Amino acid sequence: MNPALALAAAPHGFLSPTGVEIAFLLVGLVTFGAALITVTTRQLVHAALWLVVALGGLAVEYLLLTAEFIAWVQVLIYVGSVVVLLLFGLMLTRAPIGRSPDADSGNRRAALAVALAAAVALVWVVVDAFRTTWMDLSGPAAGATHVTGASLFRYWVLPFEALSVLLLAALVGAIVLSRKAKADDRAGAGGTTAADGAPAPAPAGKDSAR
Amino acid sequence: MHLVYPAVLSALLFCTGLYGVLARRNAILVLMSVELMLNAVNLNLVAFDVWLSRAARDTLHSGQALTLFTIAIAAAEIGIGLAIVLAVYRNRGTSDIDKLRDTAERPDGAEPGPAAAEKTEATA
Amino acid sequence: MTTTTLAVLVPLLPFLGAAAGLLLGRTAPGFVRPLAVLPPLASLVLAALVAVRQGGGPAVDAHTELTPTGSVPVELALHIDGFAALVAILVAFVASCVQIYSTGYLRDDPRYPSYAALVSLFTSAMLLVVYSGDLIVLLVGWEVMGICSYFLVGHYWETPEARAASLKAFLVTKLGDVPFLIGLFALATDAGSFRVTRVLGTVASGGLHHPTVVALLLLAGVAGKSAQFPLHTWLPDAMAGPTPVSALIHAATMVAAGVYFVARLLPVFEASGAAMLVLAVMAAVTMTGSGLAALAQDDIKRVLAYSTVGQLGYMTGALAVGDRGAAVFHLLSHGAFKALLFLAAGVVIHAAGTNSLAALSRMRGLRDRVPDAYWTMTVALLALAAIPPFSGFFSKESVLGAAEHAAGGHTAHVPGAAGLLVLVAGLVTAVLTAAYATRLWLLAFHGRGAEAPDHGRQPLTMTVVLWVLAIPSLAFGGLAYRTLPGWFDGRTLTPTALTSVLGTGLAVVGGLLTYGVWQRTTRNLVSTPLGAVAAHPGADAGRVEAEAIATHTPAYGDIARAPDPADPGRVLLGPLHRHAAAGFHLDAVYSALFVRPVRAGASLVRFLDREVVDTYVGAAAALPRLLGAAVRRAQTGNVQTYVSALLAGTVVLAVAVVLVATGA
Repeated sequence: MNPALALAAAPHGFLSPTGVEIAFLLVGLVTFGAALITVTTRQLVHAALWLVVALGGLAVEYLLLTAEFIAWVQVLIYVGSVVVLLLFGLMLTRAPIGRSPDADSGNRRAALAVALAAAVALVWVVVDAFRTTWMDLSGPAAGATHVTGASLFRYWVLPFEALSVLLLAALVGAIVLSRKAKADDRAGAGGTTAADGAPAPAPAGKDSAR
Repeated sequence: MHLVYPAVLSALLFCTGLYGVLARRNAILVLMSVELMLNAVNLNLVAFDVWLSRAARDTLHSGQALTLFTIAIAAAEIGIGLAIVLAVYRNRGTSDIDKLRDTAERPDGAEPGPAAAEKTEATA
Repeated sequence: MTTTTLAVLVPLLPFLGAAAGLLLGRTAPGFVRPLAVLPPLASLVLAALVAVRQGGGPAVDAHTELTPTGSVPVELALHIDGFAALVAILVAFVASCVQIYSTGYLRDDPRYPSYAALVSLFTSAMLLVVYSGDLIVLLVGWEVMGICSYFLVGHYWETPEARAASLKAFLVTKLGDVPFLIGLFALATDAGSFRVTRVLGTVASGGLHHPTVVALLLLAGVAGKSAQFPLHTWLPDAMAGPTPVSALIHAATMVAAGVYFVARLLPVFEASGAAMLVLAVMAAVTMTGSGLAALAQDDIKRVLAYSTVGQLGYMTGALAVGDRGAAVFHLLSHGAFKALLFLAAGVVIHAAGTNSLAALSRMRGLRDRVPDAYWTMTVALLALAAIPPFSGFFSKESVLGAAEHAAGGHTAHVPGAAGLLVLVAGLVTAVLTAAYATRLWLLAFHGRGAEAPDHGRQPLTMTVVLWVLAIPSLAFGGLAYRTLPGWFDGRTLTPTALTSVLGTGLAVVGGLLTYGVWQRTTRNLVSTPLGAVAAHPGADAGRVEAEAIATHTPAYGDIARAPDPADPGRVLLGPLHRHAAAGFHLDAVYSALFVRPVRAGASLVRFLDREVVDTYVGAAAALPRLLGAAVRRAQTGNVQTYVSALLAGTVVLAVAVVLVATGA
């Protein structure tokens, strides 16, 4: 048996958390709280902003798990572009600023029931399965950029290249979707550019939203 | 660190996203909730990758690689998703999911309204 | 060509004519008339050739087996003896006359092509029956005639009478055909073959195990086809068909088939004394009853129909006393004069625009309008009444002579009682026949009152045929009674002195009595105006007749009789008149015995079907509909609801899988 694993098996109890664990727990609470507010708030723009908090919290969690490259990618792509995209989307669909009373659909109770049931089931299974599992974070970082890059370009080159094709397809698809809508709406002023699904500049988009 | 912490956090985030997908009315909020779910999965992948890289001497780092792929696909998904939402919004003047009910069962013999045609056109 | 080839062509030609007529009827109307008339004429020539070659000598037999057909083989067989040869000539002759007559009678009928084709098919079927030496092949022709009669009687299907009559003709004859079929099977099982010659051989050697049962079963079919009591009721109603069809059915084909069949298989019947007695009783009841009924009918064609029933009674009577020569002799002469009577009646109906004797008796000068019909009908009526020297006299006397012979107990296989019964009934019927023939003649042609309407000359095709048929009606009996025995069994057909004097005397008495009564009742004519005439008197004969039939019930209150005090039949029959007009209420009896129970059963079944079975069926439909409505309610179109349900199911399944996997 792996000596590290044997070492890890016994002495680690939940009542004596390490510093990393405490930090993870606190950041996790913040992340979870931000996620909860994201899905419950009545202010749509605030939901996007709370999403930034949740995703940022997750980036911190990645750091705590020693996966530094993924953490920065998380910050770059999610916090930097996806949330911005979402905000543009909210703007282009003329989402109301301030509280909107009908942010939740009539499906709320069912959604709550399903989500709670799923949460209970998942947490129960996960806790039951990994109650005693310990991961050793000491030593060289498991998710260091060097390690990640090496594995990515050594073992995952083909999927990586395929992924680029997928992204290209998504790009083209987003353009086609936008252009089709544009062709239908001749009255709309100005050209709309949609790079990688990015919406048009705000003024033109607003005009063509009619 | 106990593996349970990231695993439970991941499960909770996933269910939060699940709730959002099911309960939110605005399509963009639904997309946000989808992002939450994807991120929950990412956290899981990273945590297990870190655990397995030590415990099972895994040099493939499949968890991290898949996380990167997920992030890329999520970016593509959000782009396409937003394009669709915008197209629907242009056609319908709304992005509320529960107002897009063209697949609803109608009384016998009722013609599918012009809305249905628009919808198919919009999502085509 | 050999005789066999000729004989095969005889039924085949009208069949091919019928097929061609049906195929070309719409596309090439010009061919329809030649296709209708030429095949029967060719058949007539060929049948005459066959008869000449056969010459009354030994029977021509030929047979071939197309394919093995089980334990009892069915063969395509010909059996042409003197009977078959002569009856075939009669059939082809009458069919040719009817086809020629129909070209004029149904001149403007849009359904003439199919009508002509069906008549040809009918002729072909009858010729098949006549020539066939195999009982199953005979049955094929027998049944084809049944279905053709259904179509032809229902030719004027626009009128409810024709529809009812065609159904009745079909059902009643079929009622007899079922036991007939069983009887044929029983016969063939005993004989080991369907061939007529083998069957007769078996009978001669005493190989028939249940002769009485077989004979009675066969008799049921014969009674249905030949309109014998108690299955005769379809025939008077069948008058709702066109007149040429009546002539064809009643003179030569359908009704003759039954008599011909018995004549061919007479040894089978002779094997059972009981069957002969039943045959005699049937013939006697049929004869006298139909004579009385004929005297009370108002429709000229119904008079003739009952007269046919009566004459067929004579033929079955002759068979009952074991003399098939006499039966077929009467069949031949009756075929000629009855065809003539019907065709002449068709001319009369066309000229007068009515088929009611009551209306005809109020028309003056009809005989000057249609002199051809008048003279030929007089000849035919004299033949019918068996006045010498007309053909009916000789044939009827041969029947009465045979009966007298049998009554004395001189005929083998025949009970003396049967002979006596037939003789007495035959003599009574002679009076009645003369009476209704005289009544028909007087009322139709010696009316008083308004001048008969003038619609111009009748078509030549119709009148020529009458004269052609008048020749055998006049002379056939006298010429043939000496030579015919050579064709038949060899028994003499010469009239005996006793029955001739008795029969003719009674006929004269009947005729004179009717004349006397008519002299008296005809004074009432003026006091009771009566009558209705067809709406389109100038139209072609078929249409006039259809209108006349359709208006009879509204005008006189009944299909069969009219409230006419000037009718001599009313005085002659006295209180019997009402019952006789209704055919002695046999239809009412059938209605009570069969129709009403069947209807009650049908309504019961209908109730069970509608209320009990349909409930289950309805429930089977309503339950899924209910469930469907419930499920449909779930189809809101809201994607989130769908996904919620999907994920809820997923969670449940996942939990279940985990529980199972952990063994909880």
